[in-house]
Amino acid sequence: MMRELGAAPEDLAPGAELMQGAATVLGLPEDRRREALAELGRPLALGLFAAMARLRAFDERAVILQRQGVIGTYPTYFGEEAIQAGSVLALEDRDWLFPTYRQNSVVVLRGCAPEVPLLLWRGNPAGWHDVQALHTAPVCVPVATNYPHAVGAAWGGRLLGQDLVALAYGGDGSTSEGDFHEACNLAAVVGAPVIFLVTNNQWAISTPLRLQTRVERIAEKASAYGMPGVRVDGFDVFACHLAVREAAARARRGDGPTLVEAVGYRLGPHGTADEPSLYRDPESARRWDAWEPLGRAAAALVDAGLTSEDELAQLGADAAAEMREAGDRLQDFPVPSVEDVASRVYQETPWTLGAERLREPTYREDG
Amino acid sequence: MPANVTMVEAVGRALGQILEDDPRAILLGEDIGVNGGVFRATVGLQERFGPDRVVDTPLSEAGFVGAAIGMCLVGLRPIVEIQFDAFVYPAFEQLASHAGRFRWRTNGAYGLPLVIRIPYGGGTKAPELHSDSPETLFSHTPGLRVVAPSDPLSAGEMLVAAAACGDPVIYMEPKRLYRRGRAEVPDRFQPSTLDRAQVVRPGDDVAILAHGAMIEVALEAAAQLAALGASARVVDLRSLYPLDREALLRTASEVGRVVVVHEAPRHSGVAAEVAAILQEEVADHLLAPVLRVTGMDMPFPLFQLEDQALPSVSRVVRAARAALEY
Repeated sequence: MMRELGAAPEDLAPGAELMQGAATVLGLPEDRRREALAELGRPLALGLFAAMARLRAFDERAVILQRQGVIGTYPTYFGEEAIQAGSVLALEDRDWLFPTYRQNSVVVLRGCAPEVPLLLWRGNPAGWHDVQALHTAPVCVPVATNYPHAVGAAWGGRLLGQDLVALAYGGDGSTSEGDFHEACNLAAVVGAPVIFLVTNNQWAISTPLRLQTRVERIAEKASAYGMPGVRVDGFDVFACHLAVREAAARARRGDGPTLVEAVGYRLGPHGTADEPSLYRDPESARRWDAWEPLGRAAAALVDAGLTSEDELAQLGADAAAEMREAGDRLQDFPVPSVEDVASRVYQETPWTLGAERLREPTYREDG
Repeated sequence: MPANVTMVEAVGRALGQILEDDPRAILLGEDIGVNGGVFRATVGLQERFGPDRVVDTPLSEAGFVGAAIGMCLVGLRPIVEIQFDAFVYPAFEQLASHAGRFRWRTNGAYGLPLVIRIPYGGGTKAPELHSDSPETLFSHTPGLRVVAPSDPLSAGEMLVAAAACGDPVIYMEPKRLYRRGRAEVPDRFQPSTLDRAQVVRPGDDVAILAHGAMIEVALEAAAQLAALGASARVVDLRSLYPLDREALLRTASEVGRVVVVHEAPRHSGVAAEVAAILQEEVADHLLAPVLRVTGMDMPFPLFQLEDQALPSVSRVVRAARAALEY
């Protein structure tokens, strides 16, 4: 199923060319698509939708909170829910995730309260999630620098005899960074059980893919490292899920890393401070409306008889309520003292951050 | 059993001790396996502990320092060898943007037990970018500890302590001293404190503060000053972040005249921080301005000129006399 080319339906024509060679479930002919969804089973298929609905609700709530001034600049991921939900649910809780800012809320799918990632964008240290409890690294800001971390966790886990896979997220722009190359190469050389999941949304802020790389398909880069490169429709949660599941199974078998390119389009701005009309045709994203991952998944699930529109609407409403309530709680979180924060930099706080230094009237503003 | 070893042998013995004591310890670096490292610090260790614990990495400082960070997350305690000082620059982002911030990013809950060994400094007639002293880059980066030993015993004791530390330690190895002499070291190194300076020669008229290979220069300068009738105290800073504030204040209060020596460029160097601390906190005790003898604010010279750039005994003596005659 996963090796099928994306025989995109007529009404999806605008992006069909880009999706050539991308693994698909939603792009399969009707009967085969129904078959594939039935094979996934209702609990998983619906679970994937519910996860996307929660991510969407988080993202929408975060944008509202930013407009209200409750949180600061926020990097929206509208349209990338399929990649994130599909991948998180393809892994076990013991597996490690290495998100960037674009996947800032995947911890919620691991059981973290949604106010935690929201607090990060509110600038409150309570926004740092429990890395070990969630087996999810802190949100990584400098693109590509999280790839080597995932390699080390995967490789180290194997050396310690732990059965774990690590997955690092990144975007098309990150593949131009040196750390991407070093991580891919190192992972392949040592056979680390790691998955590089690259969201190719065609844009790195204002820089289009053609200015990042001369290859049309990022997955091709994998061959230079001696690992498989897989291309998948990034708007298709079922395809994303299966692609990552296959990569994870491969890693667990001891067959090393996989580069997964999830092809899509950045439907929204880079973040709340970005104005895409400065560098791209505002209509360009509209051409992708039909690919929007929740609507596409919903239609296919209903068509396959796995759920009803009412049930999906309820999932969406529940998610929206969950995130609205989380947003309402943000102002209850106190700002920790500078003393507290200063004491969290080192295991044994040196005098440079000690009580005496912090009492110096010229070193800090009064608490 | 105790042995008479060079500094580089002491480093190797300490690494062997760490690997033996802690199954979570792992060495990463370029050419550290069969080759035993370009300076031979890891000779015999891969044979003893296997290629999964003494790992030859691809040439990728950012990659393997980044991977070491990931290894910490799953419970390993990596010790990374950077082949030469300037080769750490590609890994700087991993150290500044991640290693130093990790504990802070987890609200203090989880640190990275990571050691970065950097053979550094000039005086070995090496090609360009093999003689840098980049310690200040790290002492100016929050979340890291920076230490430098100056003899075989301190090298072993501080390395064992660095490996036991719960936070990233930048361990600067003065490669010019690697084979400078031998010293008696015990069968097992006891971990020293990581943030304490040490008086290595007593004296009351002038204090010379230094670290790494400059201790040798400072001691020779003190000997010459003694011949001139001046008693120079030599203090080995050992820890460059945090500096040992108490030792600095005590030294200035007791001696009153201070010279700081390092081979790194002068501007924004460790000596500048020492001078600033002293004038802020014990200005009344200073009998002369704090003087600096340092490297120059230019790329480390090609080696036919390195002796002119490296702090020399005569420059240190001159600075000490200027302080004494102030």
